[in-house]
Amino acid sequence: MPPSADSDVISQLIAAHGQQRGALLPLLHAIQARFTFIPAPAIPEIAAALRLSRAEVEGVISFYADFYREPPPLHRLRICRAESCRACGSEDLWQQASAGHGAQTAIETVYCFGACAASPAIEFDGRLCCRVDAAQLDALLKDAS
Amino acid sequence: MSVRIRISEDSVAIALGADALATALAQAAAQHGESLEIIRVSSRGLYWLEPLIEVDTGQGSFGYGPLAVSDVESLLAAGFLQGAAHPLALGPVESLPFLERQQRLLFARAGKTRPLSLDDYLASGGYAGLKRVLAAGGDAFMAELEASGLRGRGGAAFPAHLKWATVRGAASGERFVVCNADEGDSGAYADRMLMEGDPYALIEGMTIAALCVGARHGYIYVRSEYPQAIAKLQAAIGHARAAAYLGDDVLGSGQAFELEVRQGAGAYICGEESALLESIEGKRGQVRARPPLPASHGLFGRPTLVHNVLSLASIPIIARDGGAAFYHFGRERSRGTLPLTLGGCLQHGGLVETAFGLSLRTLLYDFGAGAKNGEIKAVQVGGPLGAWITASDFDLLIDYEAFAAHGAILGHGSVVAVDASCDMAGMARLAFTFCAAESCGKCTPCRIGSVRGGEIIDRLRDGSAQHDQDVALLLELCDTMRDGSLCALGGMLHYPVRSALTLFPDAFPKWRAK
Ligand SMILES: Cc1cc2nc3c(=O)[nH]c(=O)nc-3n(C[C@H](O)[C@H](O)[C@H](O)COP(=O)(O)O)c2cc1C
Ligand code: SF4
Repeated sequence: MPPSADSDVISQLIAAHGQQRGALLPLLHAIQARFTFIPAPAIPEIAAALRLSRAEVEGVISFYADFYREPPPLHRLRICRAESCRACGSEDLWQQASAGHGAQTAIETVYCFGACAASPAIEFDGRLCCRVDAAQLDALLKDAS
Repeated sequence: MSVRIRISEDSVAIALGADALATALAQAAAQHGESLEIIRVSSRGLYWLEPLIEVDTGQGSFGYGPLAVSDVESLLAAGFLQGAAHPLALGPVESLPFLERQQRLLFARAGKTRPLSLDDYLASGGYAGLKRVLAAGGDAFMAELEASGLRGRGGAAFPAHLKWATVRGAASGERFVVCNADEGDSGAYADRMLMEGDPYALIEGMTIAALCVGARHGYIYVRSEYPQAIAKLQAAIGHARAAAYLGDDVLGSGQAFELEVRQGAGAYICGEESALLESIEGKRGQVRARPPLPASHGLFGRPTLVHNVLSLASIPIIARDGGAAFYHFGRERSRGTLPLTLGGCLQHGGLVETAFGLSLRTLLYDFGAGAKNGEIKAVQVGGPLGAWITASDFDLLIDYEAFAAHGAILGHGSVVAVDASCDMAGMARLAFTFCAAESCGKCTPCRIGSVRGGEIIDRLRDGSAQHDQDVALLLELCDTMRDGSLCALGGMLHYPVRSALTLFPDAFPKWRAK
């Protein structure tokens, strides 16, 4: 995608989301939804539009785990490692995924999907899976590599 | 006439295969020439039976579950549309002991109504509360709220009417109602179920609150881990606005109320109310020093009523049935019902809403049906900052003061059980790992202490050569964090750590020469 197109899209997103009170998070979500991450050239534009310093915008991006500064890998596997899932084998899933994932898959820790009655829970490319076992995880990892 | 089938569209039911089941069932029925109407409803919260289907038989709603797509043929062959026997038949769902013994107020619609159907909501008593408040006025409702004895369900259990009175009594000018839908406590999912399953209840509750405290604008701050809740709320807000339950002139009252959903961004600390407000303002989610309290200086510096999802969803019930009817449930100073969420190693994981006052033992064994394998070793109530409790204390009653007297917390009502296979030192390590990852960084005891604590536990788990000193150091650190932290993330970390250490000393072995 040529840089100018990016810049146009960012301006459009700023125009669409930048007017509301407390616009920064909704705007960052919208930009990330469009680009899969927050492109560096967006930061000064956001700062100017919202009358913030670049440091403030960077500070917010780095505070929240959801925002990426770089393009993330193609696939994203999020494994809940909170108490309920841990009591039902999430650490084994974590080890299995850490050992067996391809370069195209990012593995992340999450603390709770609100699925604790059906632990262990994972999310693969945005899709929640519950009562996950090793075979199911293996199939997902194979699909992704 | 076609038979009505209900299948949940709750996100966890879908994760367990509810969508695939609905599709397979529709296809198979068509092939067999059976006429059926599948409606997608909220979840009963009987998760160990999900995916669950319910059939309207004329003699009540008959359940079958947990089902896989491969069960569809045998169900049809058995004649399940007439409620026939089948290995996975459950009989009348409302007679299942797990449900029959509950007292569902907030979850009265669970499993019965279509979450986004305003008609279903109205037909099941929805918006009766708002209409009563509009007719009787805010003063009258304030009296009902006080009489209800409602205390905040987000964890701190602060009397709701006192907070409302502060916001209502604030000098003229802009003010806000904010719903804390961050539900960051691991083990908790009642907020999620309510937002996905009964979004109008939350919207109605916020509308009543807004009319009473004089707010024209409200926000629902939902954690990003709950995409279905966000989508449902946004859609429901649209429908409510179109039907004049929201907007410039709520039901012709001349009062305006606009509602907006804000998505969190993966920060547990944004469940703390002042950090949540910072986040809505577009800032890092850092905890504010208090005072001032949000009720006087909240969002954008204005008086703000911040409440948990379940607190706000209780409001339409109190408005419709009266404060006394709500107060009738519960005991002592814990009034109404509390939705408890069972998770971990229990056989029956799911939602239990009953009046305060049942024992932990009843909850774990009569509802939870004990552990899947062996015995329950311990339970953690109240999320990642809750204390571990073992069998000798299972007679503890579900009651804020009873838990506090025991040195535990009820928090948001999550209950996670673990069995013998659970490494309790690992759980204590998790508490520090979690705190270090989620600390907002504002105060030193939490920011540094959580890292140090993790290091000490690592040494202890390996069998520390300086075991006794390390244990003493850990206990001292717990005290420092309890006394010196600005908010409860650092301030309550001692609960899970100290309880794991005292109840399971063998999990932290002394060093032995190899
Ligand atoms: C670290 C921390 C996390 C919290 N997380 C939540 C949460 O996820 N949901 C919630 O409703 N309250 C949470 N609270 C409590 C809120 O600060 C606040 O007390 C609550 O939203 C007030 O609403 P209530 O009166 O209805 O309980 C948290 C508090 C702390 C200190
Ligand atoms: S205790 Fe931790 S999370 Fe709370 S204000 Fe201090 S640093 Fe922030």
